[in-house]
Amino acid sequence: MMTNGTVLRTKDLSIGYRRARKAPVVIAGDLNFSLRPGELVCLLGPNGAGKSTLMRTLARLQPSLSGKIWLDERPLDELRPGQLARRLSIVLTDRVDVGAMSGYGLVSLGRHPYTGWTGTMSEQDQQIVQWALHAVRAKDLSDRLTVEMSDGERQKVLIARALAQQPRVMLLDEPTAFLDLPRRVEVMDLLRRLASENSQAILLSTHDLDLALRNADRLWLLSAGGDLLDGAPEDLILNGAFERVFSAEGVTFDRERGSFHTRQEACGRLRLEGDGVAAFWTRRALERIGYAVERAGENGQSSSFASNDNPPQPVNGAVTVRKHDAGLTYMLDIEGREERFATLNALTTYLRRGGAGGESDAKVDEDLYARG
Amino acid sequence: MNRENVPFASSGIRVHPSLTRGFSLAPGLLLAGLALVALAAFMLSLAVGSVRIPLDEIVSVLLGGEASKQAWATIVLKFRLPKALTAMLAGAALSVSGLQMQTLFRNPLAGPFVLGISSGASLGVALTVLLAGVAVGLGGSTTLLAGISLAGDASLALSAIAGSGLVLLLVMSVARRVQSGMTLLILGLMFGYTTSALVSVLIYFSVVERIQAYISWTFGSFGGVTWRQLQVMAPAIVLGLAGGHLLMKPLNALLLGETYALSLGLNVRRVRLAIIGTSAVLAGVVTAFCGPIGFLGIAVPHLCRSLLHTSDHRLLLPAVSFMGATLALGADIVAGLPGSQLTLPLNAVTALLGAPVVIWVILRQRNLRQAFAG
Repeated sequence: MMTNGTVLRTKDLSIGYRRARKAPVVIAGDLNFSLRPGELVCLLGPNGAGKSTLMRTLARLQPSLSGKIWLDERPLDELRPGQLARRLSIVLTDRVDVGAMSGYGLVSLGRHPYTGWTGTMSEQDQQIVQWALHAVRAKDLSDRLTVEMSDGERQKVLIARALAQQPRVMLLDEPTAFLDLPRRVEVMDLLRRLASENSQAILLSTHDLDLALRNADRLWLLSAGGDLLDGAPEDLILNGAFERVFSAEGVTFDRERGSFHTRQEACGRLRLEGDGVAAFWTRRALERIGYAVERAGENGQSSSFASNDNPPQPVNGAVTVRKHDAGLTYMLDIEGREERFATLNALTTYLRRGGAGGESDAKVDEDLYARG
Repeated sequence: MNRENVPFASSGIRVHPSLTRGFSLAPGLLLAGLALVALAAFMLSLAVGSVRIPLDEIVSVLLGGEASKQAWATIVLKFRLPKALTAMLAGAALSVSGLQMQTLFRNPLAGPFVLGISSGASLGVALTVLLAGVAVGLGGSTTLLAGISLAGDASLALSAIAGSGLVLLLVMSVARRVQSGMTLLILGLMFGYTTSALVSVLIYFSVVERIQAYISWTFGSFGGVTWRQLQVMAPAIVLGLAGGHLLMKPLNALLLGETYALSLGLNVRRVRLAIIGTSAVLAGVVTAFCGPIGFLGIAVPHLCRSLLHTSDHRLLLPAVSFMGATLALGADIVAGLPGSQLTLPLNAVTALLGAPVVIWVILRQRNLRQAFAG
């Protein structure tokens, strides 16, 4: 099914808003990009960079300021509304309130570009609705009323609705915005699968950097200045584009872990011994309360976000994670004293209280947790 | 890339039988039931009133036969039949208009009356009826007080349609600028106040006979419509109802909101105008001939959604037509106080019947947005 052709491309596209008797507000200009069948592209950018404007322009919900868009090798503005609806579908952020309508009924609305004036569906239309519900793993939602669905379920049905239009291109504006984490992962996974299974091009905007980095075939980074950087997620991280677009006061992007951190001075430096999952989360806990963490066996270079710019501080102490039958024990060796903790909560509480000063309390906590 | 090869309609997906039927049996039966109830209400409204006429006599009169009493044939043919037909048409028209407005504005409290369409019609009628009175009051010719001819009816209807159409266009032009439906409701309310202020001014300068004519018009009545007036009213309403039913698919798409409707290939601007057009004709014509009849337009769509558990306009449009006709006939029967020589103002009855319904619908739903379909 894969073809080398593009399904959507733009030439010198300029997006923004026209104003009466004034110069138009250009949000982004000189955009040249293309979407290929079967790929999932995530559109990322800070708030106000114009992600929604770009989506709306590509869906012809608002006019472009200049430049051209081709959909299926035909100029977008020459397509009739029905032709456009059979090639491109959208999922918006707006909450949809259709009242007393089943999941099946909602997905059926996606067949409107194909049905006659009454909207009565043929056998084939009905099969496609079934297929769309099946594709998003929502066949069980067929008879449920949309008002009774959870946000995640409704989002799946709305994606099925967009799918029922049999589009070449699907545009989704922040499809994961109102979902909890497991649902976000599920929806992203679903979209990725749909793109490759149906040779559709899927473009979605999101603020979910982590999921975008993991799932997108390509990222489009729209910067506040109106530049669009296009590339594989990994390329954009390695060449620093990601950091540039999202650089903001007090926040840095950690290339090593692919996530953002607030920039802060490390309050101390600890050496961590241990391995596996326990060590990973111990590190997270220590970093959360402001320590730079150095793994045993590393020489302290670039192993911690706080050390990126600053010269390494002297090591203040060491934490060792021990695994035994009863669970985990965290041993802290700091300023010549040794303490044992049954939980990370006890360890971090102890460290936050400045060690010796809060010792007795922390020990009490530890005992409580150990017994509990 | 060949679109036919895309595995969208790939076979191997079993289709659940209950879903392939389109309309399942139950809604079809419900519609038939609603139609039967409307027919029963129609027959009842011919039978009851100041004089009770047996059903078999009515049937024989309707079939062109003789009644055992000559007076009964006259009562049925000259008074009750046109009144019942008017009530059916008006009830259906107001309900369809209300449903369209609720879907278009995505607001559960929308309706011809709430958005000021009836107020617009009132102003149009007031200008026609009362301005003539003003002319008389200022020393004009008394011939203007003569009875209303067919041409007069047409001008009354036209002025009501013009008034309601103008209000709808005003509301729509504002609707395109504002996001909140609440703004539109306030606008409708304010327009209502403005209208009544203008009408007050007209009344102040008009003559007593004209004022009385106007005020009794505002009470609402199905009984004032003669066969000759029906010749104007019925075709207009039937056309409006047909137009309204033609919009079932766009109305369903609009349940998703205008942006989604646009993305489904709907020409939203044209559809919006069509909805406004049919709604204005329906509400305007009814208001012109029967006066501003409140509540039916808001209450009936809610009743039908609760009854049919659907927001699909393919079912709702015929359902609200039947139920609107039934309730209008019912309200008219109650207003006629069967067995007595008294009648109540029709609007008092529709409000007394309609207000509890609206209250019930609102209290019954935990969430108002759920109460209303889109």
